[in-house]
Amino acid sequence: MLALGAAAGLALPGVAARATTQSPYDIAPVGNVHLLHMTDAHAQLMPVHYREPQVNIGVHNARNRSPHLVGKALLERYQIALDTRQAHAYTHLNYSAAALEFGQVGGFAHLATLIKQLKSGRPDALLLDGGDLWQGSATALWTQGQDMVDASKLLGIDVMTGHWEFTLGTDRVQSIIKNDLAGQTAFLAQNIRDKEFGDPVFPSHVMRELNGVPVAIIGQAFPYTPVANPAYLMEGWSFGIRERELQVKIDEVRSKGAQVVVLLSHNGADTDMKLASRVSGLDVILGGHTHDAIPRALEIKNPRGITLVTNAGSNGKFLGVLDFDVRGGRIKNWSYKLLPVFSDLLTPDPDMSALINEIRAPYAQQLGEVLATTDELLYRRGNFNGSFDQLICNALRDELDAEIAFSPGFRWGTTLLPASDITMEDLMAQVAITYPAVTVNEMSGAALKTVLEDVADNLFNPDPYYQQGGDMVRVGGLGYRLTPTAVAGKRIGRLTVKGRPVEAGKSYKVAGWASVRRVEGEPIWDVVGRWLRSQKVVSNLSIEQPEVMGLLDNLGFED
Amino acid sequence: MGNLDPLGLTRRGLIRVSSALLVVAALPQKIWATALRPETAFQTTTLEATFDALGGVPQASDGIIFSTPDIAENGAVVPIRIEIDPSVLPDVSKLYVIVEKNPNPLAAVFQVPPNTPPYAETRVKVAQTGNLYAVAEANGELYMMQRETKVTLGGCGG
Repeated sequence: MLALGAAAGLALPGVAARATTQSPYDIAPVGNVHLLHMTDAHAQLMPVHYREPQVNIGVHNARNRSPHLVGKALLERYQIALDTRQAHAYTHLNYSAAALEFGQVGGFAHLATLIKQLKSGRPDALLLDGGDLWQGSATALWTQGQDMVDASKLLGIDVMTGHWEFTLGTDRVQSIIKNDLAGQTAFLAQNIRDKEFGDPVFPSHVMRELNGVPVAIIGQAFPYTPVANPAYLMEGWSFGIRERELQVKIDEVRSKGAQVVVLLSHNGADTDMKLASRVSGLDVILGGHTHDAIPRALEIKNPRGITLVTNAGSNGKFLGVLDFDVRGGRIKNWSYKLLPVFSDLLTPDPDMSALINEIRAPYAQQLGEVLATTDELLYRRGNFNGSFDQLICNALRDELDAEIAFSPGFRWGTTLLPASDITMEDLMAQVAITYPAVTVNEMSGAALKTVLEDVADNLFNPDPYYQQGGDMVRVGGLGYRLTPTAVAGKRIGRLTVKGRPVEAGKSYKVAGWASVRRVEGEPIWDVVGRWLRSQKVVSNLSIEQPEVMGLLDNLGFED
Repeated sequence: MGNLDPLGLTRRGLIRVSSALLVVAALPQKIWATALRPETAFQTTTLEATFDALGGVPQASDGIIFSTPDIAENGAVVPIRIEIDPSVLPDVSKLYVIVEKNPNPLAAVFQVPPNTPPYAETRVKVAQTGNLYAVAEANGELYMMQRETKVTLGGCGG
């Protein structure tokens, strides 16, 4: 077990920042237990650009603490020099120019090469995936996740958990596990139970002997999947954090001889940090969901020692490498590195390239259709509207003749550089979900405020266990003032439409998509696709941002 | 791995299959119900009035292990569980479930027969975000544990 101070003074062999461009992936292994961790790939088989957030506000305990550091504050905290590859990987700074200089990130063929290289010096290394693997692209949607399942098997994923996977529906998930993953990839979730009896739906953990060391890996699916996504897609399954059940499971695997206990988690970084402070006996939480690229492992104290907490970014852009030196049943040393995956620095693996080509070939024409071109940098990630969200909101308002548009605050969605074509594949990378219907509703001013308050509490509740969602709902045509540090119900004020105050009793026409209830409507990609074709060129996007109050010296907010 | 369900049937499936063979005796026990049901407490409309009707504000106790979801998956059917650690809180004879923000906060009462481990598991409706209370009665005294359950509109996740 990782005792308090066990890691003190150990030689962390260089922060990733000091890696040279000659051999950035030549990472000497430490010890005898080796775990490679990826998460939130969101079905990006091909290399992409992904701009890290400019706004990722932390309040209360999370204020000015990882992962709520952006831009220069993040670089300073982790001693990463400006205008370097590392700075580009971890921040939004000087984004377009740096993206042109350093190229794309991720891609499964490039990841495959990197994983093979790292594994070659690490016998018995396991590859763990934290979920959000089967969703986020056109081909993943059109093949019901089959493309990602096939690519992940070839990549060699040993263990995984899930979140967006469940939006394929219970039958499809069970069928993939039974027909595709059996014998190769363990799909784990200690926190999903049958709604009626509380029986486990999935195995909670696996025990593997790695170089003679018994290692337990427990899976933790996204606890609020049926709240954040449509519950009807996962009928009969109940989720939740299930902290007590987790502690029982940890004690059980320890009593069965596990010398290293790992939680493969899709909780999100803040929830993982709270969990790590309350649960004893975990050596590490390998985290995902919040897409935070945290350069180092955070050491969180709890009643019986410390637990390392990591978060490994998204979209295939990062790979976490965790080495433990376990001797006499105890962890003597450890090393964690988060490696940015720069596609230009890695030769694509021929087998994976061939598989990806085979997957994409039947869809080449649809994927490649150019809908428009953009003069703007198009991205999503951040607490408030990204430029791609603004584009979607503008399209919804124009196409449906609505005063206001809402678009969900997803954290996935790749980035397009200025002067790029916007292809159908690029659009699908923002909208490829199994509940894409667009709707128009009449909402009262009071209801608009309720929606914004509800989402704001999911983001800024002082207790991460009560934070359910993604980023703030994206808005078009609606101005508001936000005070993240205020109590629930008091964060939102000064709502305006066309510069005029919103009236509580007045009705407004609101377009939106991705409802968690069963609704009928045209798929979002048809609506936005039609709008893009009519626009031909996207330019002069004016990005709507709320007026944010009360955030003096907050390092999660950069203008 | 894969051994959760050796018969290829979930427990729910098994029950569905076997239910045709069972005669379920669900006799209404009206006499018992009248004796146990604290009508006045069930009719109260505020938390304060509910506590008054039960005999006062209970004292907090770590002997009550109260499991509730932090965020409800469906506010209409929120699963809750009350367990009692008898080393901290012996002789529990009744358990109450209170949902602070409901029109009638008292949601359920359980009578614990003598020499029975106190345990209750049920579903309650939670109208809006607020505190839930598990109250235990032991030797005429009231004890409680509270937890917040959030009811949200949902969506936007991920």
